[in-house]
Amino acid sequence: MNIINRHTSPNGRVLSILEEFQRKYRHLPEEALRAAAGELGLPLGQLFGVATFYTSFSLRPRGDRTIGVCHGTVCHVKGAGRVAAELEKALGVAVGGTTADGRYTLESVKCLGCCSLAPVASIDGEVQARISPEAVVKLLQPAAPGGESGE
Amino acid sequence: MSEEYARHLQHLENLGLGRLYPRRPRISVAMASCGRAAGSEKIYRALGDELESRGIDAFLAPTGCPGLCSREPMVSVLAPGKARVHYSGLGPEDAGPLLSALAAGEVYLKNALGAETEDHLVISGRRISLGPLPEGLGPMAGLDFYRPQVRLATRNCGCIDPFSVHEYIGRGGYRALREALSREPAEIIREIKKSGLRGLGGAGFPTGVKWETAAGAGNGEKYIICNGDEGDPGAYMDRSILESDPHSVLEGMIIGAHCLGARHGIVYVRAEYPLAVKTISHAIAQARELGLLGKDIMSSGLGFDVEVVRGAGAFVCGEETALIASIEGRPGEPRPRPPYPTREGLWGRPTCINNVETLANIPLIVHRGGEWYGSFGTAGSRGTKVFALVGKVKNSGLVEIPMGATIGDIVLSAGGGPDRGKRLKAVQTGGPSGGCIPASMTGIPVDYESLAGSGAIMGSGGMVVMDERVCMVDMVRYFMSFVAGESCGKCAPCRDGTAEILNILDGITLGRGRPEDLDTLAGLSRLVKGSSLCGLGQTATNPVLSTLRYFRNEYEAHVKDKFCPAGVCRQLVIYRVDPDLCAGCGLCAGDCPGGAILGGEGRTRAIEPDSCTRCGACYEICPQGAIYFTGRGISDAMDDH
Repeated sequence: MNIINRHTSPNGRVLSILEEFQRKYRHLPEEALRAAAGELGLPLGQLFGVATFYTSFSLRPRGDRTIGVCHGTVCHVKGAGRVAAELEKALGVAVGGTTADGRYTLESVKCLGCCSLAPVASIDGEVQARISPEAVVKLLQPAAPGGESGE
Repeated sequence: MSEEYARHLQHLENLGLGRLYPRRPRISVAMASCGRAAGSEKIYRALGDELESRGIDAFLAPTGCPGLCSREPMVSVLAPGKARVHYSGLGPEDAGPLLSALAAGEVYLKNALGAETEDHLVISGRRISLGPLPEGLGPMAGLDFYRPQVRLATRNCGCIDPFSVHEYIGRGGYRALREALSREPAEIIREIKKSGLRGLGGAGFPTGVKWETAAGAGNGEKYIICNGDEGDPGAYMDRSILESDPHSVLEGMIIGAHCLGARHGIVYVRAEYPLAVKTISHAIAQARELGLLGKDIMSSGLGFDVEVVRGAGAFVCGEETALIASIEGRPGEPRPRPPYPTREGLWGRPTCINNVETLANIPLIVHRGGEWYGSFGTAGSRGTKVFALVGKVKNSGLVEIPMGATIGDIVLSAGGGPDRGKRLKAVQTGGPSGGCIPASMTGIPVDYESLAGSGAIMGSGGMVVMDERVCMVDMVRYFMSFVAGESCGKCAPCRDGTAEILNILDGITLGRGRPEDLDTLAGLSRLVKGSSLCGLGQTATNPVLSTLRYFRNEYEAHVKDKFCPAGVCRQLVIYRVDPDLCAGCGLCAGDCPGGAILGGEGRTRAIEPDSCTRCGACYEICPQGAIYFTGRGISDAMDDH
């Protein structure tokens, strides 16, 4: 697989390869880990160790869109809990879960470093400032059932 | 360095100055992460569209973070011969009127924060006069937020386009490298030792000593690593520097390579900072093109190259041995030290690991001298530190202040004190490794020793302001859930100790606490502190210990009276309406997520306890202050369990 061969520097090679797999498949398929282990000459256990240690990686498929509610210190004191609870209600999944239709994964992220605009959340990596529980639910509306485009 | 390369650099500097001070207006839009989150891209596009449709000749530049994040999006306008005017909170709809004013030679005053009449280029010491202060505006440096600041590490942040190496060179960038290459490594290291610079990522280890050790570790393969795995929640100065001024970090690394004899450099950036990855990667590519990285840097014979490694979401990777494991493709688990990485680091080779902010100071020290840098700060803590001043504070953002300023200088002067007229309760420094300083101690100076003496730490520079509506027990429970979740699990004290502490704190915030829990918490905290493998475990219980020291009464209210004085722990409060104060406006009913507000239009309200989620939204919004909370009584709280 060329994802494996593309990363030639030994520094950060495993992370880079897994990160690209994760982006492509939205999870790390077992075959990908096996292929990487074979190609890099590393024990499969080491790759599973890495895959399960870091929060960026997932062995189960994540949704089409990922919503990360920031749980940094300031977001915490400014109501991140309420934002997360509202999203759990709206999406019908607990934090860490993916909706049954595979559209959304709801995550808690440690700190996006936009503390002055807290509470914040990221939707597919884009940070949304001063998010309220109501606003974040509204943000999902364009992609709500029937409204999907471009696929 | 050859004569030819010197001329080349001079040419690049002129190009940069031409961009920074063009013969036409320069409009800068702050487009670091905070700015983008606050909508700066929309303004940037609107300005671009309006410039084109009106045929106005102006230079539109995306710049980095000016620091005053709570006032983002920020825009500045510099017209030739005039002062630079800064704006806060402009929307796309302001683009037209702003440009109309500009075309008419007038100053657009709406949302103007202040103006700058001259620029001070910190590297060269040069001052560039811009123009007189416009009528109706004060100087930017006079704003509360900027007045106590001395911007050294953040000298270019918000001033330059982070994607333009020319603008960096225009402000004196890569001069220090040019000088360093003609000086002996030992001499430069002496200068850094003289400056008193200490690692600004949290540990505060003297940088010069670290460099000296790494330089003396033989002549074989060596690495220099920039630690950009800024994991402390509430601290983001490294993100800001990488996003706003990436070349300052690169220049620091290249000078390091010359001093240590390293040929390979790595910038390790956490996964949550995609823009920082983009800016530093772009800067590396530019530096290679210009011969500032590669086999023959500035035609001096020095060979050094840098690559970026992205983290994958693990707080512990900020610890240097865990960071190395991560780069080597293993789970980020720390190992015991010694051997220290300066002797045995990446791939077993000597490795010098410096934090982003530390490296950004290096060019300045090399060019202006260790003595000059050391003239800022105190005897034991030289120079400046960038703090992320965040939380319940009016002006929130990144402030760079000389060491030795007081907590009050930062929080009350620069920050303007707590927002919305609330009372200051505590200032938390150092993130999950730090402690809480009570409001009564805002006079203590911010230096390594004073902070440590107070039970807090300098740490990476997070400074979270807490008002009366923050519960200290809930705060500590938050930090413990953070470290328990992020503990790598390798050593038992950190893995099991933090989990057990979290368990006890969960109980206390839910009303199940017992008076003897407080002693158990203190004992366990000391155990984890004394016996964990790495720095993260050793500091993980600082928040518990410092709050037990200063806010024991708050813990006691939770365990003895089953009451949360801040009204945060929901199981321990009940909200009521004071009928004498209620004006019947009904604002509370509109905000109540549980539909628990009883009473119709114009009537005195009441709260139906069974539907009340105790979120406190009504309490916050009531203009009369008619809503209050009390404890639920011990028996009620216990009934829930």
